[in-house]
Amino acid sequence: MLSIKNLHAGIDEKKILKGINLEIKPGEVHAIMGPNGSGKSTLASVLAGREDYEVTDGTVEFAGKDLLELSPEERAGEGLFLAFQYPVEIPGLSTTNFIKTAVNEVRKYRGEEALDAVAFLKLMKEKMAQTNIDQTLLSRSLNEGFSGGEKKRNEVFQMAMLQPKLAILDETDSGLDIDAIRIVANGVNKLRSKDNAVLLVTHYQRLLDYIVPDFVHVLYNGRIVKSGTKELALELEERGYDFIKSENVEA
Amino acid sequence: MQNELSAIEKTVLTDYKYGFVTEIEADEAPPGLNEDTIRFISAKKNEPEWMLEWRLKAYNHWLKMSEPTWANIKYEKINYQDIIYYSAPKQKKKVNSLDEIDPELRKTFEKLGISLDEQKRLSGVAIDAVIDSVSIGTTFKEQLGELGIIFCSISEAIQEHPELVKKYIGSVVPITDNYFSALNSAVFSDGSFCYIPKGVRCPMELSTYFRINAEGTGQFERTLLIADEGSYVSYLEGCTAPIRDENQLHAAVVELIAMENAEIKYSTVQNWYPGDKDGVGGIYNFVTKRGICQGAHAKISWTQVETGSSITWKYPSVILKGDYSVGEFYSVAVTNNHQQADTGTKMMHLGKNTRSRIVSKGISAGVSNNSYRGLVHVGKNAANARNFSQCDSLLLGDKCGAHTFPYIEVKNNTAVVEHEATTSKIGEDQIFYCNQRGIDTETAVALIINGFAKEVMNQLPMEFAVEAQKLLAISLEGSVG
Repeated sequence: MLSIKNLHAGIDEKKILKGINLEIKPGEVHAIMGPNGSGKSTLASVLAGREDYEVTDGTVEFAGKDLLELSPEERAGEGLFLAFQYPVEIPGLSTTNFIKTAVNEVRKYRGEEALDAVAFLKLMKEKMAQTNIDQTLLSRSLNEGFSGGEKKRNEVFQMAMLQPKLAILDETDSGLDIDAIRIVANGVNKLRSKDNAVLLVTHYQRLLDYIVPDFVHVLYNGRIVKSGTKELALELEERGYDFIKSENVEA
Repeated sequence: MQNELSAIEKTVLTDYKYGFVTEIEADEAPPGLNEDTIRFISAKKNEPEWMLEWRLKAYNHWLKMSEPTWANIKYEKINYQDIIYYSAPKQKKKVNSLDEIDPELRKTFEKLGISLDEQKRLSGVAIDAVIDSVSIGTTFKEQLGELGIIFCSISEAIQEHPELVKKYIGSVVPITDNYFSALNSAVFSDGSFCYIPKGVRCPMELSTYFRINAEGTGQFERTLLIADEGSYVSYLEGCTAPIRDENQLHAAVVELIAMENAEIKYSTVQNWYPGDKDGVGGIYNFVTKRGICQGAHAKISWTQVETGSSITWKYPSVILKGDYSVGEFYSVAVTNNHQQADTGTKMMHLGKNTRSRIVSKGISAGVSNNSYRGLVHVGKNAANARNFSQCDSLLLGDKCGAHTFPYIEVKNNTAVVEHEATTSKIGEDQIFYCNQRGIDTETAVALIINGFAKEVMNQLPMEFAVEAQKLLAISLEGSVG
């Protein structure tokens, strides 16, 4: 589904990603871990198409298309979703209205008819139950005055509504207490299927107690330096990132 | 994304879809302004002597005044002798019904999406249409007449209801008030008149549609609206003009009078031609609008969506004379390219327990300048007066300006006056967030500005709200990048 080959990218002349290789197949959950400044969030942003980053080398294929050729909204249309680390606020724009616009823009991209009010409401009710989100949150302005936990739950709800092929969760656990992490993780788990994939970007192992990954990759200094199964995450938890750093000093 | 934006940019302002000119023969006064011009206008309208005298008084006062320079706007000096002060579409004869109106004129209004057809009752809006200097026709007159509501052109009102006109014209905006209102008082050629009798709730929206068509003309309309005790009326005003590379002057005066327990809701969607992207042409919109809450518990609410004109200079105001009276001002002003707006309100608290609320949303893009200027005055007898003001500015890009000039004068220490102001920019982050959800940049900007302006848009009657939302989006196309 997603095939990243030798990806180099940076911002303002500064090289951040220095040759990433990663294959993700439908049904898989991958976790990218790594110390601060290793390039985790850059990878998420480059995949979503944030303009600030410049790709200098490599290829990314997504669902049979050259992802790097597509605009951010086209990537969304193709089924790529990014749950933001810091979801933005848009005052005066109701969350429901925003999501309705998003759902129908994505449908338009795929050549599908826009959902009418009734069909949209039905979908919304179904997904609200699935992700355990409150109606009152959705009638408020987008993310305005939301708590950290509410913002992240809103991201997961949007993911449920858009039903992406690949969901990238950028530090979704950051700033959340353990109850909030559990709720968010439950939402994500309910959305897992054999047809879609999840890429978790996280600093800490604790999220992986709730969303169990098939593969764990360690990102350090712009490269994936170690890949393994969920046991690797536990090892990192135990030994800290220092052993990765010392192993890679010579490299 | 850069490429896409330049594609959007191409459509900017060529999108001013009301920029056409109608080929109709016009009956015009020669350019220039002197006593003869005023006599000519007055004679054309077959006005009574008192009206002519009033005009001449205004003219003589105007001669002694000078153009105000305090507003935060810049423009070449206007030569008042170059302007044509009277232009009327030539009608073959006096029309008795709307069916007899010149087909070319009817077509103009159809293009503008305005139905003059009394058969189309579904629209539920009574319209008075003013083209250049004269009123073309008023719809739903008879139905309104059954309730005792008078809704007609001001010229007609001068003939048919001189006692009302004589009593109220200039009572809220006196001829000596300011330079542009004095000029308007001298040369106004038409406008709308409305009277709602005691206890009557007007069953439909009343609307005036203004159109400048002829070249070289100024438009000076005069609107007078009286809501008698316990009555209610909602009034809409819309305006457009052809694309021309000259600046045309629009200096209107609107006066509202609300008696005890009466309520007037006055909404404007102003979309005069704003000039091209280099700032050539466009309408100078220098307008005086003021209402008075004459009796206790009266309420006047102004709502304006200002997207057009190269320069906007207007401050719809409320004099809160009656005890417990309420004044409101809701405004969205958009400036793009070289447009300039200096707009706001005055709330004059004179009566006890009077309340006012000001919500102003300024959106600036391009190299435009957008200023809010407002005065909250609490007189010494206005015990327990309350005001709340909120002025928010949204900037698109880094070459535009937003300015706020709030003035507060309080002469009674029981008053409570609150003022809040914010300035923000549409962030790249907001746009990217929308993009990531599949929403393109143009739609994202529309969502963000409509969210920003929502509190004001919610005040508009349904018929206008949808149109106004689209207008906001069109006015700002291509301005983020």
